[in-house]
Amino acid sequence: MKKKRLFSGGLGQLTIPFVAICLLVLFNVIRDLIMIFVLKTPDYISFFSIEITKNNIGNSVLSGNLISIINGASELAVLAIGMTLVTAACGGQDISVGAAAAIAGSVFVKVLKASGNINAGTVILAFLCACIVAMIFGAFNGTLVAVFKIQPMIATLILYTCGRSIAYWINGGATPTVESPIIEGIGRFIPGIPIPTPVLIVAVMLIVFKVLFRFTSLELFTQAVGINQSAARLNGINPTLIKLLSFILLGACVSVAGIIGVSRLGLINHETLLLDVEMDAILAVAIGGNSLGGGRFKISGSIIGAYVIQMLTITLYSMKVSSTDVKAYKAIVIVLLVVIGSPVFKEKFGRFMARRAASKVQAKGAEES
Amino acid sequence: MQEAVLLQMRHIDKQFPGVKALSNVDFTLRKGEIHALMGENGAGKSTLIKILTGVYQLDGGEITVDGENVIIRSPQDAQNHGISTVYQEITLCPNLTVAENMFIGREGGAWVRHKAFEKRADEILTKLGIPARSTQQLGDCSLAVQQMVAIARAVDMKCKVLILDEPTSSLDDKEVKMLFDLMKDLKSQGVGIIFVTHFLEQVYEVSDRITVLRNGELVGEYPVQDLPQVQLVSKMIGKDLDELNALGESGEKKNENTEVLYEAEGLSSNEAKPFDFSIRKGEVNGFTGLLGSGRSECVRAIFGADKVNGGTVKIKGRQVRITRPIHAIKNGIGYLAEDRKRDGIIAELSVRENIILAMQVMNGIFKPISRSETEAFADEYIKVLNIKTASRETPVGSLSGGNQQKVILARWLLTHPDYLILDEPTRGIDVGTKLEIQKLVLKLAEEGVSVTFISSEIEEMLRTCSRLIVMRDRHIVGELKGDDLNQTQVMKTIAGGEA
Repeated sequence: MKKKRLFSGGLGQLTIPFVAICLLVLFNVIRDLIMIFVLKTPDYISFFSIEITKNNIGNSVLSGNLISIINGASELAVLAIGMTLVTAACGGQDISVGAAAAIAGSVFVKVLKASGNINAGTVILAFLCACIVAMIFGAFNGTLVAVFKIQPMIATLILYTCGRSIAYWINGGATPTVESPIIEGIGRFIPGIPIPTPVLIVAVMLIVFKVLFRFTSLELFTQAVGINQSAARLNGINPTLIKLLSFILLGACVSVAGIIGVSRLGLINHETLLLDVEMDAILAVAIGGNSLGGGRFKISGSIIGAYVIQMLTITLYSMKVSSTDVKAYKAIVIVLLVVIGSPVFKEKFGRFMARRAASKVQAKGAEES
Repeated sequence: MQEAVLLQMRHIDKQFPGVKALSNVDFTLRKGEIHALMGENGAGKSTLIKILTGVYQLDGGEITVDGENVIIRSPQDAQNHGISTVYQEITLCPNLTVAENMFIGREGGAWVRHKAFEKRADEILTKLGIPARSTQQLGDCSLAVQQMVAIARAVDMKCKVLILDEPTSSLDDKEVKMLFDLMKDLKSQGVGIIFVTHFLEQVYEVSDRITVLRNGELVGEYPVQDLPQVQLVSKMIGKDLDELNALGESGEKKNENTEVLYEAEGLSSNEAKPFDFSIRKGEVNGFTGLLGSGRSECVRAIFGADKVNGGTVKIKGRQVRITRPIHAIKNGIGYLAEDRKRDGIIAELSVRENIILAMQVMNGIFKPISRSETEAFADEYIKVLNIKTASRETPVGSLSGGNQQKVILARWLLTHPDYLILDEPTRGIDVGTKLEIQKLVLKLAEEGVSVTFISSEIEEMLRTCSRLIVMRDRHIVGELKGDDLNQTQVMKTIAGGEA
């Protein structure tokens, strides 16, 4: 009994993402050891090595697989924060985040281009514009879901379908580039700081949401609505408002992710920016141990979920798996994670452990007598 | 009337975690008989039916069909033994045709033989006199016809025992008559029908026999002509357990002269017809009437739980507008809903979060109660109400029914309401907790809180309330206080006084 408690109750909801990270680390450690000590591969670089190198503008920056993982997962992590809220409140997911991010990115570039020179002021202005536009689109999705009670996946299918067309119109079909030290500072490194800026942005977003949850009752109300809407309403909570709010907050996350994506490349490509990211974002929420049916949630779980997905991808790449094959391998691992996280498996596993414990006790009893 | 026994259930026992749902219940159904199964909520009617249909497994006792011992493990087993059920909510598919609905799931092969099915369906519909065509979409038919199609489906499956669970609750008078004609027709064909309903008049219209259950026990089986309506009501509601009786004396019922706290005139909602109502400070009153009489709908209108359509409401003499629960909460009204699972607990949230929820809503989203404060509140009420929970962080869904109810009580007590509405707070919980809740109601009244207390058990209400509002068929039909406040008078008023 105690053992079961330790396993399933110790980390609570974070058990699955934690176990997933551990498994991936263990796998890479074993591979490192085999490569170095058994096969004695020359010039082999450990998966975990982190180096300080000079980048093209002469900055000292960190590089290595681990850095690529947390850096590359930034957009996904930011989206996963918002997706967690929507999932918790509505029991459904927004599949338009990739398209909406393309819109936000296009608005960002458009405003920068229109204002001529790129300086701190115009970047902030452009960010605010992108943020507001993304929140308006979020409100659109939210209205369909909360007021018209359309299933989230169907409601957001509309923006999923037309979002990239809207992004195309914003810049008249062009894929303009934005070149400036400030944009590079957002997408890559700020001079003097060796950590990639997107990683810092994720940290800031996490803090912003933690503060939001600390100074409002949003977390409690969202969970209440997600678990039992009828009871929440009878306790004076307005479920429509809470759901709408979750979509608007996701909109804010979408704009941040879009701007990271644009800044990384220094251009907006409405066709490819954050393409297919929505499914990974939903997956991150699921791996984070959050129920896709709504209710209890942990945004930290979803962020770890995003890192799990990216770590898996980088691990596969470092094993020289071709990019066409990566998706298939990813699918295998994800099936395992999702099955392990399912209630049926948990119950069966719990029963198995209990039975083992019982038989041990019995064996002990037999020995004693 | 034939006396051949069709179905016999003997010494049926059923235990749920913490509750004995049925104990030693007998039930006999004869061939060609309409047998009403009566009892208030929690009496064990639906448990008995679910055992018969294979949804639940019995813990003790035996069932015989046509004199043969049978074991029913699944709904499929039940069907194979000729036992069919038509539920309160129609479980057919509204977007399929009538014929498809009648044959769905029992085609016997991969090929759906539409033409043959339609011909067969039309034959049955004509034979039973059901006004529907086989090619019609089921969703286009009236609810009564949909119900009849469900019955036709059962009849075609060679059912010997037909269970109708609240078949008339959403039908109008004409449709009810249609359904009753069908039932009588089936009866003459030798089908045994178990009829579950809350409508007393309907029982007397079609039934041959009545079996009454109360608190999971058999009260008795009576031929319908031997059991007048008032006696039926008294058997359903019953005498209470002796240990509860002591409570009556402790409650002083004096509040004739206090100020009026809440006053509604012509209040109506989507569910409740216009009614007048008022309550004094520190008064305990009750709405009584059988289930479906509209008592819950009235209190829901007071709280703004359903869409309020009209009426004026005054609190402490000042006119207020209460159209949503939040308005009611801010005006000092608390409401413990009838359906604890659906409208009360937030199962996956902890005891602590459930307790502070209403208070947090009252404070507003921008003024969260600090973690340490919520812990203190939770600990306080866990102690005061003697809530049995592993810890304050335990999900409330894992608590027993009585303790869940206490958590919701704690939630409202924490908001320090002037007026507390308790709709069936004692339903489905153990006797000890029932007693505690009644004591609490009287204590609150002494402290000046007005309470509306609704219970299916009239004795509970007689013990706690100083005034009873009696409802029948969604109308207030009487108000009892003082010397009129006794069981006979209440039952007479509920049953319509014609006894």
